[in-house]
Amino acid sequence: MAEYRKDPKKSTIAALVSNRSGVLTRISGLFARRGYNIECLSVCATEDPDVSRMTIVLIGDEYMLYQMIKQMDKLDDVKKIGCADELDCVYRELLLVKVPASAEVRGQIVEIKEIYKAKVVDLSPDTMVLELTGTPSKLDAFLKVIEPYGIIEMQRTGVTALARGRHTLKDRDCYNDNI
Amino acid sequence: MKMKGAEILINCLLEQGVDTIFGYPGGTVLDIYDALFRNGRINHVLTAHEQGAAHAADGYARVTGKTGVCFATSGPGATNLVTGIATAYMDSIPMVAVTGNVGLSLLGRDSFQEIDICGITMPITKHNFIVKDVNELADTIRKAFYLANSGRKGPVLIDILKNVQTDECEYVPVKPEPYRPLPVSAEKMAPAAKAIAASRRPLIMAGGGIISANASPLLARLCESQDCPVVYTLMGKGCMPDADRHCLGMIGMHGTVAAAKALMQADTVIALGTRFSDRVALNRDMFAKDKTVIHVDIDNAEIDKNVFSDIHVMGDLYEALSTLLPMLEKADRSAWLNEVNVFKAEEKIKKDTNFLAYKIISAASAMAPADIPVVTDVGQHQMWTAQHYSVNKPRLFCSSGGLGTMGYGMGAAIGACFGSGKPAVLITGDGCFNMNMNELSTAVAQGTPVAILLMDNGVLGMVRQWQKIFYGRRFSQTTLNKRTDYVRFAESFGAKGLRINCESEVEPVLKEAFAYIAKGEGPVLVDCRISEDENVLPMIKPGMTYDTQLTDMEEK
Repeated sequence: MAEYRKDPKKSTIAALVSNRSGVLTRISGLFARRGYNIECLSVCATEDPDVSRMTIVLIGDEYMLYQMIKQMDKLDDVKKIGCADELDCVYRELLLVKVPASAEVRGQIVEIKEIYKAKVVDLSPDTMVLELTGTPSKLDAFLKVIEPYGIIEMQRTGVTALARGRHTLKDRDCYNDNI
Repeated sequence: MKMKGAEILINCLLEQGVDTIFGYPGGTVLDIYDALFRNGRINHVLTAHEQGAAHAADGYARVTGKTGVCFATSGPGATNLVTGIATAYMDSIPMVAVTGNVGLSLLGRDSFQEIDICGITMPITKHNFIVKDVNELADTIRKAFYLANSGRKGPVLIDILKNVQTDECEYVPVKPEPYRPLPVSAEKMAPAAKAIAASRRPLIMAGGGIISANASPLLARLCESQDCPVVYTLMGKGCMPDADRHCLGMIGMHGTVAAAKALMQADTVIALGTRFSDRVALNRDMFAKDKTVIHVDIDNAEIDKNVFSDIHVMGDLYEALSTLLPMLEKADRSAWLNEVNVFKAEEKIKKDTNFLAYKIISAASAMAPADIPVVTDVGQHQMWTAQHYSVNKPRLFCSSGGLGTMGYGMGAAIGACFGSGKPAVLITGDGCFNMNMNELSTAVAQGTPVAILLMDNGVLGMVRQWQKIFYGRRFSQTTLNKRTDYVRFAESFGAKGLRINCESEVEPVLKEAFAYIAKGEGPVLVDCRISEDENVLPMIKPGMTYDTQLTDMEEK
């Protein structure tokens, strides 16, 4: 009998989908209807304007992950789908965060952003907007250090993932090679 | 050739071989109905309500295997289809529903009879389309038909804006590509073949997938060559003749004792085209836990969804069995087959109970022509029919399995008549019949020969049975208190009305009813006055295991 990992884990699904209105509703509806929550989602058109690429992060056990991949794969609008974690992938996410930057703390914040190689993209007399790109865990760590200064507002894009080397999602025959 | 969108729609339906449409006209489909009228090559059945049209398209699809088609206008017309579409979705029935919508200039402005039917039907269709450009119409319709009747079948909805119906574009006829399921390789099938060969007490559990893949003849060969008994799910009824010595009847909450016993005794369960629904598996963690489970299904998402399998094969059942059969050597398991046939024989003796509904349904089964479809609604009568009405061919049994739609039967029976070109038997209850009895007028108008056997007990029998078992006989809102005289009701609609009050009337009245539908002139309703205290047995309570099957009613 199939053995599924029971402990909840963060997993990343990558999918090529039709770039058409309603596709996002179709996919998010699928998650909602099965009672699963999307942890984060990023989507945009690809080199082919008819195709969008979606990266979805969810937290759950293996049963839930495979069910979602299989259910998504049934949708006509989903062209290719795979679990990014099963490939050797590069993960990146972008963060914009606005922090108070009065003269007293400005120096300290600049010092932190140097360590994390973040960029200052806006500076006003009392605020600063920082930009940081990296793996989600790097962003988490950066936010933890910045947090004591007070976060005025922030936006993360959600993770995106691409396989290293020559592997591509579109060349994969079937997602369930590994399932 | 340049054509209006509405004409393109009709021509595309003809391309797909559509001969019958069930529907109801309205403001945003006027152009479509005009094109239908002027074309004149497709039969249109006007129902009393759009829900009836959707169920009729479903019944048509179940008996023919072709894609059922229904039409409705925007707004309420479209929302009235929803239950019918959901019924087809849950039972994987191929259907194309066409709705009109307001024109592009009015879209998104909460215009009169505007509704986002694509949004509403997203979770209950395989796919749906809103067509805003006439140039995309023809290909969208072709794709809708392909999607509906390929892979795991199901309903597809096309919402066509009013302006698209009147806009013109070039129409080039295209011959539809026949759907060819992917072959299943011997390599993929090998572990299953090995497990079957090694098993001493195999049991086949056949579901609706056998019927939708037209794989019944292969199933018969499989159990013949392997001396393997078969149980079927509600959706699989008809895939194996009830009279066959391999067939032990239905499995599930109200399945036969023989099926339950065989399941408990088996060492290997071969599940073919079934999804282990909660009404079959009951307790999904315990179901067939100590047995080897082989699961073959066309939908990969069904593998390990409800019950985990030891061996699974994804694929069309016809293809899978074609590959499997030559891989198996003829096996002698006559001892096992004899053992389960003893269960079956014991049950037959016990079956000889006294209740009237059983007498009527088994008499109907014996007296009705063997090649006409039998349709049910949902509830006690549905289970009695599944248990006691012999269906010996696939596509002759229509019932709402997954969704359990009360009110399904009347529309579906009309569709089944049109699809089979034969009379049909509808077995319904008074609760269900009251939901869509308006369609009796459709059957009269169309001269549809349906024998409606109305199991009239004045209560919602199945809900009442649960109130007896689980709710201390507090019959909250399950006593109908209607004073309808169904015979006069039928006659006022222009149908024939008959009544059965007691056992001695069963045969003569059914004889008269079946003689009437044989004439093919219209429907007959038989008001069968049965007791409100008849129960559906055997029963396994929800979430329980097969060793807890009840054959007597413990009432609290």
